[in-house]
Amino acid sequence: MKRRTLLATVALGLGFGLAGQAMAQDKVKACWVYVGPIGDGGWTFQHDQGRLAVIEKFGDKVDASTYQENVPEGADAERVLTQMALSGCNIIFTTSFGYMDATNAVAAKFPDVKFEHATGYKREHPNVSTYDARFYEGRAVMGTIAGHMTKSGKIGYIGSFPIPEVIQGINSSYIHAKKVNPDVTISVVWAYTWFDPAKEADAAKALIEQGVDVILQHTDSTAPLAEAAKTPGVIGFGQASDMAEYKPSPRVSAIIDNWAPYYIERVGALLDGTYEQKATWAGISGGEVLIGEITEAVPPEVKAAAEKVRDDIAAGTYHPFTGPLNKQDGTPWLAEGQVAEDGELAGMNFYVEGITGDIPQ
Amino acid sequence: MNIGGIDVATLIASLMVASVPIMLAAIGELVVERAGVLNLGVEGMMIIGAVCGFATAVETGSPFLGFVGGALGAAALSLIFAFLTQVLLANQVATGLALTLFGLGLSSLIGQGYVGIKPPLTGDVPFGPLVDIPLLGKILFGHDPMVYLSILAIAAVWYVLKYTRTGLILRAVGENHDAAHALGYKVQRIRLLAILFGGAMAGLGGAYVSLVRVPQWTDGITAGAGWIALAIVVFASWKPWRVMLGAYLFGGITVLQLNLQAAGARIPVEYLSMSPYLITILVLVIMSADRSRAALNAPAALGKNFHASR
Repeated sequence: MKRRTLLATVALGLGFGLAGQAMAQDKVKACWVYVGPIGDGGWTFQHDQGRLAVIEKFGDKVDASTYQENVPEGADAERVLTQMALSGCNIIFTTSFGYMDATNAVAAKFPDVKFEHATGYKREHPNVSTYDARFYEGRAVMGTIAGHMTKSGKIGYIGSFPIPEVIQGINSSYIHAKKVNPDVTISVVWAYTWFDPAKEADAAKALIEQGVDVILQHTDSTAPLAEAAKTPGVIGFGQASDMAEYKPSPRVSAIIDNWAPYYIERVGALLDGTYEQKATWAGISGGEVLIGEITEAVPPEVKAAAEKVRDDIAAGTYHPFTGPLNKQDGTPWLAEGQVAEDGELAGMNFYVEGITGDIPQ
Repeated sequence: MNIGGIDVATLIASLMVASVPIMLAAIGELVVERAGVLNLGVEGMMIIGAVCGFATAVETGSPFLGFVGGALGAAALSLIFAFLTQVLLANQVATGLALTLFGLGLSSLIGQGYVGIKPPLTGDVPFGPLVDIPLLGKILFGHDPMVYLSILAIAAVWYVLKYTRTGLILRAVGENHDAAHALGYKVQRIRLLAILFGGAMAGLGGAYVSLVRVPQWTDGITAGAGWIALAIVVFASWKPWRVMLGAYLFGGITVLQLNLQAAGARIPVEYLSMSPYLITILVLVIMSADRSRAALNAPAALGKNFHASR
């Protein structure tokens, strides 16, 4: 107890000494907090790939060996973060939306430690930055494939929690599926978990039994693909990671989160003293969202259509949320040719017109 | 048949599959408890069964051997429990809880090398054209062998407990171990065998999760199924067929709530998600409302250690 108090005091003291200054450092200790196991084959796996890329890039100058898996979102996260800050981490990446409040609370106590929160929007202290990826851009490509590929006209979406990031994904998938297939409907099942293979598999199964033949998942494990593999004709997409072991079908393509460039940039900035607080939201054009190989299970013309969407988004000539678009209740949202603003997207809490069902509040 | 956008035959067929793990584990635990032993380590044994079964199936390429491996692995773990409680006379509640914690940790260690691998697929029993019978075909003939085995296990346990001498001895040991001992039955040996059986069944249930229901290995894959199995034994008031009823009820609600969501039912998701647990609590309360009858059904020597010198 005493030792911890002492350490905290030292840390605070150091913090006051350095507050606000960006100084080059000889050695940086970077630490990661993961919501699932690295072996999930999805979300956490990709963050860990980013961590490994940092080690490869900087070698001895960066100690990136510290990470903690399976940290629950909530009080436990705060304890883990405090422990990491006390153990000398200079920069801590918290890699799940649910760590938002814990990250800001701990950041207040350790002003000299940099905190980087993934997918959040709260930056209450100068040492908190946020980073996110425009997953909805990838969803636009997946939605295009889904609309072409569905025979039953029903696509399914396994949602984790009703947060803006997931709702963007549902809307973007639906808009682009409808664009190529006006009769398409989307069924959303909320799993209320990021990672629970049995539940994710059950959700996929329930969707398939409802006649859904294209499954989009917004949860972290490969279980929905494993479930889709049991029924011929049902396809799905890799989520967060390539999930290549389910190629060529049911996994016909994937949204891959590529965190490595961001991690290298931020740790590098800390090393050479150019580090500043910021909010990053990069997408396909920034290389943060990659589209996994579209397999031969998809007809060439569909593949070409999907790749065109991808390339247009990358080139900046097309925005997935381009008007005319109405909200679910029929009120106009975007006029012809108007594109959604980032601020509005970041707080998205409504379905677009055509999607049935309510978003749980 | 189609109610509220949900195909009833498909729903029943998938609830049968969803119920298999808890049903197998619960029928094993029922035998253990009827012998007078309370083993709270079901969750731990299930997850060891899941990882051992997965590892065996991947290494040998045979799902059948996988299930055998899962049963053996979990039985081996239950042997630790048997040694501690039957030989060293340790407290059964504490030992059982320790077994669960140990099992969760050990499974994570064993499973390190098996993350992200696909196991060999367990096929359905080939009933040929019978599957195409409308309505009943899917429910009765469209499953993998373990679904039928789980029902057979219930029937077998029911028959043995009710009609055979072995069952009579097992129940005697569970009701009054001193009397059984006085009659010359080896109380500890009988309990040891019951614990091993319980372990093997929990292992089969666990292996079903990792080999069929979610064909992959990840940490904590059983996600509390063992605790539900324990609750179902009480819910069933230690009677085999009611174990089946309880398992189908629980599995059914879990599947139904996801199906309702997928079918677009206008019920708030939060209520649907908590419904399986709410109904479990409700049923437990109703079952135990009549205190005297509930107490009559419980084996009299449940949770009590036996030592011959007393």
